Amino acid sequence: MTGTGERPTDEHALAAAAARVLKFTLDGRELTARPGQSVGAALTDAGVRSWRHTRRGGRPRGLFCGIGICYDCLITADGVPNLRACLLPVVDGMRLTTSAPAKTPPAYDALAR
Amino acid sequence: MSGQHSSAAEQTVFDVAVVGAGPAGLGAAAAAARAGVRVVLIDAGHQLGGQYWRHPDESTTDPTRLAGYRDWGEFLALRERILRHCQTGAAVHLASTHVWFVEPPAAGGGRQSWTLHLMPGGPPSRETPPRTVCAERLILCPGAYDRQLPIPGWDLPGVMAAGGVQALLKGHHTLSGRRAVVAGTGPFLLPVAQQLARHGVDVLAVCEANGLARWMRHMPVVARTPAKVSEAATYARSLARARIPYRTATVLTRVDPDASGTQVGAVELARVGPGGLVEKARQRLEVDLVALGWGFTPSLELINAVGAQTRIDADQSLVAVVDDDQQSTVPGVFIAGEATGVGGAMLALAGGELAGIVAAEAGHLERARVRALRREIGRLRAFAAAMHDAHPVPARWPQWLTAETLVCRCEEVAYATLGNAITELGANDARTLKLLTRCAMGWCQGHVCGYASASLAAGGQGRALTADDLRPLAKQFPCAPVPLAHLAGE
Ligand code: FES
Repeated sequence: MTGTGERPTDEHALAAAAARVLKFTLDGRELTARPGQSVGAALTDAGVRSWRHTRRGGRPRGLFCGIGICYDCLITADGVPNLRACLLPVVDGMRLTTSAPAKTPPAYDALAR
Repeated sequence: MSGQHSSAAEQTVFDVAVVGAGPAGLGAAAAAARAGVRVVLIDAGHQLGGQYWRHPDESTTDPTRLAGYRDWGEFLALRERILRHCQTGAAVHLASTHVWFVEPPAAGGGRQSWTLHLMPGGPPSRETPPRTVCAERLILCPGAYDRQLPIPGWDLPGVMAAGGVQALLKGHHTLSGRRAVVAGTGPFLLPVAQQLARHGVDVLAVCEANGLARWMRHMPVVARTPAKVSEAATYARSLARARIPYRTATVLTRVDPDASGTQVGAVELARVGPGGLVEKARQRLEVDLVALGWGFTPSLELINAVGAQTRIDADQSLVAVVDDDQQSTVPGVFIAGEATGVGGAMLALAGGELAGIVAAEAGHLERARVRALRREIGRLRAFAAAMHDAHPVPARWPQWLTAETLVCRCEEVAYATLGNAITELGANDARTLKLLTRCAMGWCQGHVCGYASASLAAGGQGRALTADDLRPLAKQFPCAPVPLAHLAGE
């Protein structure tokens, strides 16, 4: 958990942090991100606009709502499926894979019905 | 937050728990902490600000040096106050934390506090985050997200919610495209277009579905909110400077793919004529980004979780019922911000502060401030009502749908399927429609298509949309997606 209190405040620390380049891969392709970027933002900067296809129509999907509401942007990161790219921060060395999401959200199935 | 508070947070019974750290939540937390009560501020974001004050990561950017963010001075002042309260221990901030379940106080005797069940949303941290916090009173400030209407081709990559385009700009300085069109209705389209242009994006048009004539009826209200008038004037000037046409009574009727077939390539625009009829003549614009927004939908998960009463607002959004003190119909639960009626950041801030004062039981000590806040809220609510009246969702929006247009993006339910369920199978309400077609039953749980499918169900009956049409689509449990492993206590 991050939050108030653990932030570098002096300028040099901020500048050093900002200058870092994070490396990650999408289906093996090497890409870079700025620190603090979400996967969705980093992929957008890299010109990648979609990273999964829908189950029925096989339609390409990427970011839509941009803020965690729509689940269009689901992606697999380091083997964990169904993560929202718009919320997920890039971590150095992260391995992203494009994939189809599970049929329905498992927790909803367990709880909501 | 501060990891060392984690376990302590779990054992403390706070006086006030504020959920959400946008304008309403920050106003509420600062006011309650100022009154001297113990406050916990729980927020899904990894840093303070919510959607409105979203900004680049504070580990790389000093927020006090940012320029071009709206009402930024207000944010910095609030942030400073909250940080100070956190340092003195008067407040605890739990960042990247979702509330997925709300347990009410035990009936009769027993524990009299609310228990919020939490789930960490951020990257794994060294400390064990608290799984629950308890508080005597709650202030819920969940905010809102862009309301959407289906349009043929709207699921192509490159078509985004206007707020999402803005979130990428504000949070990451990331451009979602190079040639954009911004469409829908309401004043929020203007800052989105302005910010895109400022970042060098070619904005070909802002399409406002309504004319501006309806504002004329509301001149007395408008005159009482000079800040809004000068804000509008500023946008008008910057749009003019960037040579962005602001087209009124114009809707985006279709999105076409580019040559690759995998992303947006062009859009089709049409004028809205008398009686809301979309005219036949179409104009084409080649774009690689479409930003859409039809007002906002408040997030009601927590409001439904506590059982607070809801109503339909002037903009056809389901919102929480609150009194003059921002109290909901559930004792001990206050609600502020967009969830009480979409009205913008300054209204949210005032409502949050009022809720904070009253929830901290400091109303009698701050009588003058309470009166001033109520006046401010009244004034801004009146402006919001005028705005909703001037920028309704076009009554005849289904005109631009085709049989294949996906209404529900998650379950890929086409308009024809819904139409069939309504006319042939007799689905006359949103709940039946949902069961028959799986519309609104996918990953987003109706957040995106809820308004549209409820309107189609009501429209199929030839009646106006009611709160009962919207309620079945707004009730979700759990309040946030929660992995089974977390439930199992792993
Ligand atoms: S883009 Fe909507 S959830 Fe990520």
